[in-house]
Amino acid sequence: MSSVFANVVRAPEDPILGVTVAYHKDQSPNKLNLGVGAYRTEEGKPLVLNVVKKAEQMLVNDQSRVKEYLPIVGLADFNKLSAKLIFGADSPAIQENRVATVQCLSGTGSLRVGGEFLARHYHEHTVYIPQPTWGNHPKIFTLAGLSVKTYRYYNPETRGLDFEGMLEDLGSAPLGAIVLLHACAHNPTGVDPTIEQWEQIRQLMRSKSLLPFFDSAYQGFASGSLDADAQSVRIFVADGGECLAAQSYAKNMGLYGERVGALSIVCKTADVASKVESQLKLVIRPMYSSPPLHGASIVAAILKDGDLYNEWTLELKAMADRIISMRQELFNALQAKETPGDWSHIVKQIGMFTFTGLNSEQVTFMTNEYHIYLTSDGRISMAGLSSRTVPHLADAIHAAVTGKA
Amino acid sequence: MAAIVSVVSSTPNAAAASSLSKEKMKLGSCNFNSLLWQGKRPSFATPKSLSKVTMSVATNVSRFESITMAPPDPILGVSEAFKADTHEMKLNLGVGAYRTEDLQPYVLNVVKKAENLMLESGENKEYLPIEGLVAFNKATAELLFGADNSVIQQQRVATVQGLSGTGSLRLAAALIERYFPGAKVLISSPTWGNHKNIFNDAKVPWSEYRYYDPKTVGLDFDGMISDIKAAPEGSFVLLHGCAHNPTGIDPTPEQWVKIADVIEEKNHIPFFDVAYQGFASGSLDEDASSVRLFASRGMELLVAQSYSKNLGLYAERIGAINVVCSSADAATRVKSQLKRLARPMYSNPPVHGARIVANVVGNPVLFNEWKEEMKMMAGRIKSVRQKLYDSICAKDKTGKDWSYILKQIGMFSFTGLNKAQSDNMTNKWHVYMTKDGRISLAGLSSAKCEYLADAIIDSFYNVS
Repeated sequence: MSSVFANVVRAPEDPILGVTVAYHKDQSPNKLNLGVGAYRTEEGKPLVLNVVKKAEQMLVNDQSRVKEYLPIVGLADFNKLSAKLIFGADSPAIQENRVATVQCLSGTGSLRVGGEFLARHYHEHTVYIPQPTWGNHPKIFTLAGLSVKTYRYYNPETRGLDFEGMLEDLGSAPLGAIVLLHACAHNPTGVDPTIEQWEQIRQLMRSKSLLPFFDSAYQGFASGSLDADAQSVRIFVADGGECLAAQSYAKNMGLYGERVGALSIVCKTADVASKVESQLKLVIRPMYSSPPLHGASIVAAILKDGDLYNEWTLELKAMADRIISMRQELFNALQAKETPGDWSHIVKQIGMFTFTGLNSEQVTFMTNEYHIYLTSDGRISMAGLSSRTVPHLADAIHAAVTGKA
Repeated sequence: MAAIVSVVSSTPNAAAASSLSKEKMKLGSCNFNSLLWQGKRPSFATPKSLSKVTMSVATNVSRFESITMAPPDPILGVSEAFKADTHEMKLNLGVGAYRTEDLQPYVLNVVKKAENLMLESGENKEYLPIEGLVAFNKATAELLFGADNSVIQQQRVATVQGLSGTGSLRLAAALIERYFPGAKVLISSPTWGNHKNIFNDAKVPWSEYRYYDPKTVGLDFDGMISDIKAAPEGSFVLLHGCAHNPTGIDPTPEQWVKIADVIEEKNHIPFFDVAYQGFASGSLDEDASSVRLFASRGMELLVAQSYSKNLGLYAERIGAINVVCSSADAATRVKSQLKRLARPMYSNPPVHGARIVANVVGNPVLFNEWKEEMKMMAGRIKSVRQKLYDSICAKDKTGKDWSYILKQIGMFSFTGLNKAQSDNMTNKWHVYMTKDGRISLAGLSSAKCEYLADAIIDSFYNVS
């Protein structure tokens, strides 16, 4: 029988999420999933934070709790608390009501809503993204109606930041262009500008009226400190200028599947912020009407309760510390094996991921021979490693690099 | 504690800059020395060029200055206006959210039980696959088509969890835009206000087919068939599976057959919006009969589902888009493309609501309890519908036929009031409803039927 869908071809699996699909199909007992950035304990298990469990129990026990539609912009408390978390509770932008914050579906949803808003209401429709960046960024912005260009970011020779290249490319962008910035713990490279470099980036961008659009998916998770991980965003807000910030609670609160995030647009005036918010609602309503309640309620409960908040910061630090220790262990293991090459980038890079510098053939080799799953760009999720599995990974890297293919 | 805003943003010359290096900048709760001009200057900022470089956002005018204030959402905005009203007799018949007789929101008992079960079993919060919770997708397709339906048995349904009805419709619209360029969606006149917005934002053209006949306050069936016939071949026809929103007027089973006939004749693609399965008649199977009729004829079709009303999961945003294809292979391909559209929109859907549905539907005890609660909700709405009708008839001595109120089905009733009359309902009587004359019976208590009857009669006869 003929189908109206005859011309619909089968799409390949998503390059990042597809790694987990392939991992699940693998029967080997030694398999290791270092693909998607989801935190694992030392035992290799997913983690639900204690504060999250407590908050959830409170919510479920609350007899007065209802499941009525949230407003289009989401849970009000959640929005206020999220803005304070990223911009700082004493941020003048917040005190002056210059921030429009809307609850969105984690980082992806926040970026998409922000992108759609800019495509409709901003005069410049090009967004500059770092090379490389999270694989989903270009797709999000393209479907939002923006065109995507790149700026130099990663230097494969130093495995660090190509700062000169970055400044050159941003310097030659058209006035007013949108620039995507990873607030901290750059994905996939783990390479972040220093605070001095951030200041230079800020000055350059302001001099060209470039519009910063921050992707903040790892606040607190990168260094262990919520404030330190927000510095890049805060220096931009401090100069009185405008910017966008997409926040995700997927990693730092372990709320991956609940899809909790927020988009904030810092505006020049409260009046503009209010109009911006009204227009954001017009983007959201035809997309999904209003955002999901559960995850945002958990976040709000934790952020507004002093004890839960403090507990959260401790659990957050513990996760960040575990990742930092995995970095050290992997580095030590490769040193011990005298694996050729300079592996210091493993301990210099920050956040959940390490850009190993392995090429796609080496990656394929590691998957086929050692059952290690990672993305083809050589990115590994340190969050998926444990002391027990580091030796296996070190063996695989050693074999891949010494050409035992 | 103050952030030094103006200083940082307006220093075009080196002399002023060097004094800055002695200032401390305080941001949030972190102190650090100004590092403006210490260390290497970036190569672009030579002293000569500095004076030409403006460090501030030039004129301090917002880039978003010209943005206008958007109007409030016509449906959701009603609740906002209601909240602001302090009148003691105020009544919110705007948004379609179920209320108890005490006009309180209602969380179903099965939902509370399911949430407790979920907490006890210590589920994790890992990302769902892009297509959503597997157990939910299976349960939702079986609920809609019947587990023994051949479309399910033959694996011909591509099901992807979506963000309630809206999100599922939007995914389908995105699929249409990409794979059926230029194809139109035909929507009923009137229809749910957000349908047009969804297709507009997805850049899918649409046109209307006649549906509501104001003269009879019933279905303009001939107009409907005629307009569907006149549309270009291969159009998508958006149909409300049951409990048409906003009118409450559904085709009869015989009319559904004729609608299927003309759609088949024109090689159109039926696209169902099913937001009230079980909630309209009280029976899950009965409310799915229109969808099942079309499926049984071997047609390819799309169905968007929502659990907002029937499981009271409004805020959890749980629904699905189902695409029935002529082969399992086509279904696989279509599903993969739906995933490709979801990934840049929100990556993967929220887990909580999906788990609740899967737990309720998958547990025979909870599933039966759910059916009882649904019958109770549908029953309460039917009884206020009857009471409203009785109250109006008792007060209106003109002999006008108000029976259309009884014939309509579901959460809403199309009163037949026009915009001016609807405004009178709000301004004079503090009854909040949408401007198209739609009232949500779910927001009506039997205690308020008399008051509402008075308001309707006054508005109908004394305002034009």
